[in-house]
Amino acid sequence: MPARSDVSIRGVEISYGPVRVLERLDLEIAQSEFLVLLGPSGCGKSTLLNAIAGLTDVDDGQIWIGGTNVTWHEPKDRGIAMVFQSYALYPRMTVRGNMSFGLRVAGAPKADIERRVREAAEMLRITDLLERKPSELSGGQRQRVAIGRALVRDAGVFLLDEPLSNLDAQLRAELRVEIKRLHQRLGATMIYVTHDQIEALTLADRIAVMKDRRIQQLGSPDDVYLRPANKFVATFVGSPAMGFLLGKLGTDPSAPMFEAPGVKVPLTGYAFAERPVAGQGVELGIRPEHVLHGDGDIAADVEMVEPMGSDKLAWLRIGEQPLSIRLPAETPVARGDRLHLKLPAHRLNLFDAASGQRL
Amino acid sequence: MKSSHINAQIALLPAILIALVVYCGTTGWTIWISFTNSRMLPSSVMVGWRNYLSLIGNERWVVSVTNLFVFGALFISAALVLGFLLAAMIDRHVRAESLFRSVFLYPFSMSFIVTGLAWRWLLDPTLGIEKLAHAIGFSWFHFDWLVRPDRVIYTLVLAAVWHAAGLVMAILLAGLRGIDGEIWKAARVDGLPVWRTYISVILPMLTGSFATATLLLATSVVRLYDLSVAMTNGGPGVASEVPAKFVMDHLFERANVGLATAAASTMLVTIVAVAAPWLYYQQRGRRT
Amino acid sequence: MSTEPRGKRPGRPSIGSGNEPSGRRPQKMTTGRFGLYAFLVITAAFFLTPLYVMLATSLKSMPEIREGNLLSWPIAPTVAAWVKAWSTACTGLNCTGLQVGFMNSVRILVPSVLLSISVGAVTGYTLSFWRPRGAEILFGALMMVAFVPYQVFIYPLVRIFSYAGLNNSLAGIVVVHTIFGLPTMTLIFRNHFAALPNELFRAARVDGAGFWRIFGQIMLPMAVPIIVVAMILQVTGIWNDFIFGLVFAGRENLPMTVQLNNIVNSTQGEREYNVDMAATMLTALVPLAVYFFSGRWFVRGIAAGAVKG
Repeated sequence: MPARSDVSIRGVEISYGPVRVLERLDLEIAQSEFLVLLGPSGCGKSTLLNAIAGLTDVDDGQIWIGGTNVTWHEPKDRGIAMVFQSYALYPRMTVRGNMSFGLRVAGAPKADIERRVREAAEMLRITDLLERKPSELSGGQRQRVAIGRALVRDAGVFLLDEPLSNLDAQLRAELRVEIKRLHQRLGATMIYVTHDQIEALTLADRIAVMKDRRIQQLGSPDDVYLRPANKFVATFVGSPAMGFLLGKLGTDPSAPMFEAPGVKVPLTGYAFAERPVAGQGVELGIRPEHVLHGDGDIAADVEMVEPMGSDKLAWLRIGEQPLSIRLPAETPVARGDRLHLKLPAHRLNLFDAASGQRL
Repeated sequence: MKSSHINAQIALLPAILIALVVYCGTTGWTIWISFTNSRMLPSSVMVGWRNYLSLIGNERWVVSVTNLFVFGALFISAALVLGFLLAAMIDRHVRAESLFRSVFLYPFSMSFIVTGLAWRWLLDPTLGIEKLAHAIGFSWFHFDWLVRPDRVIYTLVLAAVWHAAGLVMAILLAGLRGIDGEIWKAARVDGLPVWRTYISVILPMLTGSFATATLLLATSVVRLYDLSVAMTNGGPGVASEVPAKFVMDHLFERANVGLATAAASTMLVTIVAVAAPWLYYQQRGRRT
Repeated sequence: MSTEPRGKRPGRPSIGSGNEPSGRRPQKMTTGRFGLYAFLVITAAFFLTPLYVMLATSLKSMPEIREGNLLSWPIAPTVAAWVKAWSTACTGLNCTGLQVGFMNSVRILVPSVLLSISVGAVTGYTLSFWRPRGAEILFGALMMVAFVPYQVFIYPLVRIFSYAGLNNSLAGIVVVHTIFGLPTMTLIFRNHFAALPNELFRAARVDGAGFWRIFGQIMLPMAVPIIVVAMILQVTGIWNDFIFGLVFAGRENLPMTVQLNNIVNSTQGEREYNVDMAATMLTALVPLAVYFFSGRWFVRGIAAGAVKG
């Protein structure tokens, strides 16, 4: 493995014709880090990954890998390996042929190729499949082979482009664990593109949430989940989704307060990023599992109850505004009940109603 | 039986009739006649293999069959190579792609008669390209293949490739467009040069398209008739005769139905021998 | 292509200096790219030459053809040869031009296209949804015929037709085109219907629709694109036919291709290359028009007809 495998993206811009897909993007990815690029389709995350791989030319900016400016290097010279969404296995070659092809083209010694294929196959438990054709494999097996092909390259940086999105839910969970284990074992830098927030939260050291050509938030899974930088991140990450109440800040600067019809929430204990402006229009966001009930002073009517196995989700209405709460499965609650809620200040997220930015 | 199913049987009646009477019936009849001494009118006097024996000894038939194999081999390989080159180049994001595509495919929309007459005029030994070459100073240039018995078959190949290369291009281009773009990315990450990607990865993925194209070309080789009629009418002498033309001439002009049907039966047997394993393989491939 | 490249490609990676060029890789017309366009343009010229030469020749006078060269554009373009080819060119003693053949081809074309598509559509529909016993065998037989040379069928067919009084008649040639169009027509309709969800067919049956109602009211409206494809295939195929027209149409109904060949090969007097080329162009006009106006549909037709089995 190369001594350094950190990745640095400096002011990268990419356009397709008149359409700008990435705008002055900076991103530092440390050695051995697992970074997830998360975002809806069309946000530019795959473009960024292709640019790091050298499959898409940048219009401006630089890409550094392992301390080398690789902006114009061919993909094969960048010290990267890549796993594709559609697996992109060469259909007329056996599994062994697929895994060894890059090495054979590069003219590696036969014994070396043999050893590396064997090691990768053992690591992924696909030794039995080596002589088969891709068409004779299941989806999960194909993806293992695709990962194996990347492993054989012995690269410092792994680029994974939605590698699990063509698999069913159970296989996805299984391979997720596999990828995490591989990362721990190899110590390689991994950059992983997905639109699935569960994958992002479970795999990542850091998540870069992208939308509209930009990184919206860069942080640990906890940061992104508990302290979303803006309303987009708050809604995109987390399932069931965060609930929102529209209101304004109270006028008393000494005791900050969120006010909406039928709702008054004291904000003492909320870590404001900037000094709040009295009377400012805000949106209060809170995840369903953080809503407490019992002795609160916010009255909410239950409109619908959705059992989810281990717990249940109740859809509420506070005045005119909807909100949801996650309850233990045995809680006796039914449509038409009235709950009394409490919204703890340290669990709240406040966003500027106009800009959507966190306060 | 439900009325719907009766209707289904009725609806298939034309197809069944055609299959039984036309396809099976006439084929059997043709084979039967080939064993009789029919000349202008059908006769029921059986003569065994006599027609087939005289066929083997018939110089014109031998020339026809030789021509068919020479023509078939050259035409199919040239059309496949040219068609593939065109498809691969057009697939590399060229400007004016649809213009190029239209230009390469338009000859295929025209009949073999038109194709043959056009090329006959272009290759005309007195007023065609030879005269053109002389006019621009290449006085040494000599091109009379259209009237040279040992070369005329290549002029048919030229015209036929012009007619059908676009077809191959269209089929292979569809195949190329069906290839997952991530395959190309994977090949680049693996460090493959473009030419190597085509040979090691893309060509093997196009075997289906190549098989389809080859099949269509082979069908037109066996049916080759109009082109020979229009371009050379089998000449000079019998130098550009082909089996289909041999059959037609002996049926309608030379009034030797026995010999003609023997020739047709020979063609049929050859086709079945080639096509049956192929069809079987296709069917099996689909099931697995 | 960027007008002002902001940097040049580094020869060898240097480490960490930090002020290396950034931005888009300077694009240049590489030799490979140049070769690619050169090949395409030269091949395109080769493909267009026959059409150009036909057109140029057809607009020249005979003296100019004899003196000038093949590729020169006519000095004094004239449509005289076109007029002659259309209205007074001779085959043997008959000097009525190609117009007769054109009308014959139209009279053959219209009923043949309609009948062959109808039979093919019904057969394809029945085979893909109703699957009566023996359907597989019937389909296999149809596919087999797509490869067999017509010479195998022609003689007995002539005998059958003369017995049935169909020989040398318009009806006869229409029936022949229907017979030999059946394999391809059945194939493309069967493939089209087979790609539709079978639930559609089951839902219609649960709703109580019968054989013809399902065909007419549900399947046929969903088959419009494939009908267009079938029409393109059949119009060009039947217009370009030579052998069936020659054998089955009879002297009164000879289609344009046969008449064209007769005009060009007519041994009367001196050969008039301009008239020959005008006649050839006239015969090619209908399929060329279909090709250029149908655009991608023509390619779809090739694809649909090409997927055997």
